[in-house]
Amino acid sequence: MRIAVIDESPARAAVIREGLEASGLCDILLLSGRAGLVSRIEEFAPDVILIDLANPQRDELEELFAVSRALARPVAMFVDQSDDAAMDAAIEAGVSAYVVDGMKAERIRHIVDLAIKRFNAFARLRAELDEARSALADRNSVDAAKALLLKRRGLDEPAAYALLRKTAMDSGRKIAEVADALLTADTMMGGL
Amino acid sequence: MSLDIVRFGFLPLVDAALPILAREMGFAEEEGIDLNLLRDFSWATVQDRLLYGHSDAAHMLAPLAIATTLGLGRPAVPLSVPFVLGLNGNAITFRPEMAAKITTVGGPGDITAIGAKLKALAAEAKANGKPLRLSVVHRYSSHNYMLRYWLIGNGIDPNADVEIVTVAPPFAADALAAGEVDGICVGAPWNSVAVERGVGVVVATTSQIWRRGVEKALVMKTELMEQESELSNRLIRALYRAGIAFIDPANIEQIGRILSKLEYLDGSAAAIKRVVQDRVLFAQGAEPQHIPDFMFQHREAANFPWVSQAAWLYAQMVQAGHVQPNAADYATAQAVFRPDVYRVALGPLGVPLPGASAKLEGSIADPLGVGTTQGRLILGADGFFDGQNFDPELYKMLLTD
Repeated sequence: MRIAVIDESPARAAVIREGLEASGLCDILLLSGRAGLVSRIEEFAPDVILIDLANPQRDELEELFAVSRALARPVAMFVDQSDDAAMDAAIEAGVSAYVVDGMKAERIRHIVDLAIKRFNAFARLRAELDEARSALADRNSVDAAKALLLKRRGLDEPAAYALLRKTAMDSGRKIAEVADALLTADTMMGGL
Repeated sequence: MSLDIVRFGFLPLVDAALPILAREMGFAEEEGIDLNLLRDFSWATVQDRLLYGHSDAAHMLAPLAIATTLGLGRPAVPLSVPFVLGLNGNAITFRPEMAAKITTVGGPGDITAIGAKLKALAAEAKANGKPLRLSVVHRYSSHNYMLRYWLIGNGIDPNADVEIVTVAPPFAADALAAGEVDGICVGAPWNSVAVERGVGVVVATTSQIWRRGVEKALVMKTELMEQESELSNRLIRALYRAGIAFIDPANIEQIGRILSKLEYLDGSAAAIKRVVQDRVLFAQGAEPQHIPDFMFQHREAANFPWVSQAAWLYAQMVQAGHVQPNAADYATAQAVFRPDVYRVALGPLGVPLPGASAKLEGSIADPLGVGTTQGRLILGADGFFDGQNFDPELYKMLLTD
């Protein structure tokens, strides 16, 4: 089974590949970008093409599928067309698949299910990463604000933190927002 | 009052104006609709979202609605076109050095004379082993069919004398610049983008090929449209009102501002306003030219889904080898266009409603008053560049024979 994965995000493509390989599917080609896309697919002659639902190259690819002599007429398909839940899961995850005509439905089902899981796993990973990044940024500004209060107001650390927290609670903002505001004000006042 | 949500897929093109204006100018809300617009970058994505229920309606190439109903390239799903979102608005742009060989750069020319020169150019390129490559935006697009119609009319075989490939609108100017293609047939504002970058020169507008060619349409799954007929009718009314607003010159600044927004076309307001005013920039540095037929979003019942337009598209699909000629499919293709739904939806507005559902396409030479069941309607000249007519009844006889 030859599988082409077309994705503008190399990171997500790698996550998908890993999932397919873990499942014993090893004949995989990862593709991204527009240059040479069509000829590389034709050369690889995949049985299944997995592509991000919103990829802007899809119309060009569908034209290739319609005219190519090298490829056996892949058609757009989301698992079993009669299975609404599976189709919904595929669209929700942003997976679209082109499958060579005549391929066994259960084998395809397995691959598309895997792809959906990996797409979702990637989305979760990215969300967690964003959270971690923003948590880190928050911590950095809270630390800087505490240091400023230590220096300017002669407070100790617990007292500086308590002041930030109280100000945040009183004004209905997050501690990190109050810290950011303090740092911005300090910069504007030129550290006076 | 709570609003009914309608999710509407579109591509960033000027002819997505009516749904965008229906939302931004409040016409949808007046009809009790919260119109959620979903932008995508390929027709395949717009199509999938519609087919699998992630959108309720879409701005879509009219021939793609027919192709989907006939099951070309994916399982058949019956779609309906109860309202046309616009006529024409596309142009053919060549690399500057090639354009200079076939037209007077900077303005519209005699499209038959340009075609004759293109024929010589295509023959020369083919003899040199490098046939002309022309791009269209989709296999099942009016761009493809209009371009083919013009080529054939000039004695150029679109399948043997040139190569026709697909390039998505946002990449068309890049493909020209890279020499990947020699010419592009694309919608607004993408010709302007190529011209302003100096990588292309407009040689013809599609309105010169067919003065009233059907372009994008409001497309819905037939099942949903019929189940939710009351809601569909309200959507059609909101789009119709957006059409009235679109052609009012007083709105031009506002339309330019809205369409150019990041979440819609994300493009130059100046270029968009030019298109809305039917002014075409043929070459870099040239004065934009007013082409009165360039783009019709509302006037002359442009939104009415003439069954004969669907019939013409089917005939071109046969000509291109996209379908095997068949009388049953011909009937199915025509039934995609739903003038009956249009009449029911717009009757309450008291607007002109054509009495007939089909016409002899290309037969109107001078403005002509046509029969209506309500209101007055005058249609302008709708000719094809070669002076031919398309008679849907005659075509049916040809298929049955």
